[in-house]
Amino acid sequence: MAEALSQPVSFYQAKTGLFSWIFSTDHKRIGLLYFYAIISFFLVAMSLGFLMRLELIAPGETIMDAKTYNQVFTLHGVIMIFLFLIPSVPAFFGNFLLPLMIGTDDVAFPKLNLFSWWLYVLGGIFALLTLVVGNGPADTGWTFYAPYSVKTGTNVTMAVLAAFILGFSSILTGLNFIVTIHRLRAPKMKWFQMPLFAWALYATAWIQLLATPVIGITLLMIIAERVFGVGLFDPALGGDPILYQHLFWIYSHPAVYIMVLPAMGLISEMIPTFAKRTIFGYKAIAYSSLAIAFIGYFVWGHHMFTSGMSGPARVIFSVLTFLVAVPSAIKVFNWVATLYKGSINVKTPLLFSLAFIFQFLLGGLTGLVIGALATDIHLHDTYFVVGHFHYVMFGGAGFAFFGALHYWYGKIWGKMYNESTAQIAFWLMFIGFNVLYFPMLVLGIMGMPRRYYDYLEDFTTLNVVSTVGSWILISGIILMIYNLIVSRKKGEAAPRNPWGSTTLEWQTPSPPPLHNFDATPVVPEGNPYDHKQNKSE
Amino acid sequence: MANFVLANSGHNRDDEASKFGMWLFLFTELLLFGGLFLVYTIYRYLNSEAFLHASYELNVIMGTVNTVVLLTSSLTVALSITALQKGHVKLTMWLLVATILFALTFLVIKYFEWSAKFEHGLFPGMDHYEHLPAGEKMFFFLYFFMTGLHGLHVIVGGVLLGFVMRDIKKKKTTPDNYVYLENGGLYWHLVDIIWIFLFPLFYLIH
Repeated sequence: MAEALSQPVSFYQAKTGLFSWIFSTDHKRIGLLYFYAIISFFLVAMSLGFLMRLELIAPGETIMDAKTYNQVFTLHGVIMIFLFLIPSVPAFFGNFLLPLMIGTDDVAFPKLNLFSWWLYVLGGIFALLTLVVGNGPADTGWTFYAPYSVKTGTNVTMAVLAAFILGFSSILTGLNFIVTIHRLRAPKMKWFQMPLFAWALYATAWIQLLATPVIGITLLMIIAERVFGVGLFDPALGGDPILYQHLFWIYSHPAVYIMVLPAMGLISEMIPTFAKRTIFGYKAIAYSSLAIAFIGYFVWGHHMFTSGMSGPARVIFSVLTFLVAVPSAIKVFNWVATLYKGSINVKTPLLFSLAFIFQFLLGGLTGLVIGALATDIHLHDTYFVVGHFHYVMFGGAGFAFFGALHYWYGKIWGKMYNESTAQIAFWLMFIGFNVLYFPMLVLGIMGMPRRYYDYLEDFTTLNVVSTVGSWILISGIILMIYNLIVSRKKGEAAPRNPWGSTTLEWQTPSPPPLHNFDATPVVPEGNPYDHKQNKSE
Repeated sequence: MANFVLANSGHNRDDEASKFGMWLFLFTELLLFGGLFLVYTIYRYLNSEAFLHASYELNVIMGTVNTVVLLTSSLTVALSITALQKGHVKLTMWLLVATILFALTFLVIKYFEWSAKFEHGLFPGMDHYEHLPAGEKMFFFLYFFMTGLHGLHVIVGGVLLGFVMRDIKKKKTTPDNYVYLENGGLYWHLVDIIWIFLFPLFYLIH
């Protein structure tokens, strides 16, 4: 429709120079700043994961000793959770796309947005400084369980401080998005005309806002404990270590929904486009985001089934855990129903979306296995849990992130990626991922405990398979990144709407101009995914 | 070609949005303290005798005076907003000065209270403290942690109101555009209301 208009200056060209980036209040630039930082941290943590798998290729000490291994898995967890997964989708895609999708030119508080990024950088620096300052990085696991986290000589204080700062960055991003969605939607866009990614961000933002402060104060208590040694969580001094676990998971369980909810939002955007169909059950998907955010608040106790909780408490937490599977399943059914009788266009983002559904399903169902009291006693703290959350977090949120990277690649960088290379990379990643993590589920059932650098001879074969999987996965990721870097130079110029999508961000040039639109965006009447209205084909 | 700018721009002035953002931020502050209130509740339940015994050490008179000081400061900050709305810029400034003075008074009284505790060796790590029963240790640790964190918020709130005054002086915050002052006031009320909960929990429950 608007192709006839002359191409305005893109936001890249509007201003140049380093300072125009790191002090920019433009949501697109801040999103990209996040992206480059996030992807760097992802590569660091991925390398740590690679080293862990290498250590586990054979029983006994292979390439590192026990303490180093503990520090490596802690740093892997801290970086992946606080510096990759939590900010990945909201802070990058959310920042870049939310204002475009709801037809405005920025978030409600642009300066606060920049401040969040700086906090993120500061937190990242603190996390990395633990490598060189003090007695080396923390060896507690990313959960910083007391009383060990209070007693260990490693640099827990700085790691905890990093998590505290990153928490505030996340809170401010959430706050910004809530106000943006309330106040800045295009004049004709009603709540139920928002793209589902915006709904997912909205639900996520409330979790960020209401759960993160609790971890903030809990982490401060850890620091105070390390300084004063009062014994707040030390049973020898009258404290209660379970109380720490409660406080920690009151945030950290909702936090897993911070990681996966926005990723589900990305899937809800990609599937209708590549099925060329109106999304099935728009309202059900929107409400289920809110339901997950709400119920997700009350399930934290399922992390402590074996820590000595009362019987009734365990039953209640188990039931609530099962309940949270309902809205998640609603989403999966709706995505599948959208594909039914669709005109399927198999492109890389769709492949990643389908992999998401498959892997998220496995991750979700294994979650029910450990959400059930009897089976959890057997599986708690085994590789089954490791397999489960990697299926949800990496197989789910991670794959959605990479799929979305291809889907919006043209919009963000103005060039199209190379489709055939991208598909090869996808298949390497998909196969590598499953070869890496599926054996973990089996190993867990066989009884291999997590967080050890060593294991019994019996577990060798599956561990070798798993390590080989990590090599396939990493080659896939490297190929994908190579493809995206090369396409930035050599790719074809991206049109406004390369996929025939229906949401507002596709009405503006790729990449968008400084103020996002070159004409007032036209909000489609009724359902935002109505492909019959779409005349851009 | 010139840049096209939308009507619903994020760079427009939007007082509703600013206040909404402030309220959301206040939620996070409440939850931050909420974690501590939870810890307090649980240890009070587990060590009710020790908490009771330890609470007699606190100076109720100083606590009460401080409560009155903070409540009055909330009044002055509320009055300052009305004063600015009605166009009395000078009065606004004086009321803000009064608020900040009350904040300082609060901190000075707090300083004397804390010094008394230090003299009695009741701070974690000090001699007397180390010989206390576990429950009383917990009480004093939570007392210092929670009133300390609150004191930090008093300082932040006071500084924030100082920045508001600067803005009024620079005529950025005016009788037509006073959302900055309103938000500063909201933050100040938060500081007040947290104290309203801290005061009975530590000083009054006998």
